[in-house]
Amino acid sequence: MEELFRITYPVKAADYVTAGQASTDIKRKLKQLGVGGDVLRRVAVASYEVELNLVIHYLGGELCLTVFEDAVQLVSSDVGPGIADLSMAMREGFSTANEEARSLGFGAGMGLPNMKRNADEFDIQSEVGKGTTITMRFRLS
Amino acid sequence: MLTISDMVRVLNARVLRGGDKLDTPVYTACCSDLMSDVLAFVDEKTVLITGLTNPHVIRTSEMLDLKCLVFVRGKVPTDDILDSAEEQGLVVITTKLTAFSACGLLYDLGLRGVPVPNAWDTEDK
Repeated sequence: MEELFRITYPVKAADYVTAGQASTDIKRKLKQLGVGGDVLRRVAVASYEVELNLVIHYLGGELCLTVFEDAVQLVSSDVGPGIADLSMAMREGFSTANEEARSLGFGAGMGLPNMKRNADEFDIQSEVGKGTTITMRFRLS
Repeated sequence: MLTISDMVRVLNARVLRGGDKLDTPVYTACCSDLMSDVLAFVDEKTVLITGLTNPHVIRTSEMLDLKCLVFVRGKVPTDDILDSAEEQGLVVITTKLTAFSACGLLYDLGLRGVPVPNAWDTEDK
């Protein structure tokens, strides 16, 4: 499938102030490319959730947006720490977020399930000590 | 038809940003200090009532295309946060009422809660 656009955003760990800037930019770029409505909202929410996860839980990483003719793809990859129990992590309400994240209104344990719900395709691969890669695809009708 | 200016009136609220958009129609609202839940449960362009004033409230609103933010308990975010709200076309108001009282008055006015389509079906997907 022909790739129309690609951009990668580095995301810093524990940088709570700038968290969300990549997603804000992603949403604006997609809007400029003519993506709108329900798909744009779902990409924006999933992107914000995954970006916050990078900031809150991981040791930093990057978020890559690729736009194809018929789909939008978001890939988040980080350098650790990895998720020990994926089925627990995917459960609503389960969270290991710290106090700082909670004080900002996050850490309710909704992030991963919400990404899965918003994406048309969701894949998560994780290895403790190595890192986590989350791939989400959104179909453009 | 209810508009944001009706909300301003019943809440005795102060308009902080977006004063030119007070005639925007409103039908539903949600109230939460937990942005995780707002992101997970809100599916439509609605009104958010909250006591949380950090930048993530604005970013959450942008991701969801919300129409109006109501800060309760007299809270006012900093100017840079308000400016970013204005940039995305959000109406921001603040009321001295508690969240409970503000919600009660808005419900009485005719606003209703957002439907929560995701509340029970998440285990199945």
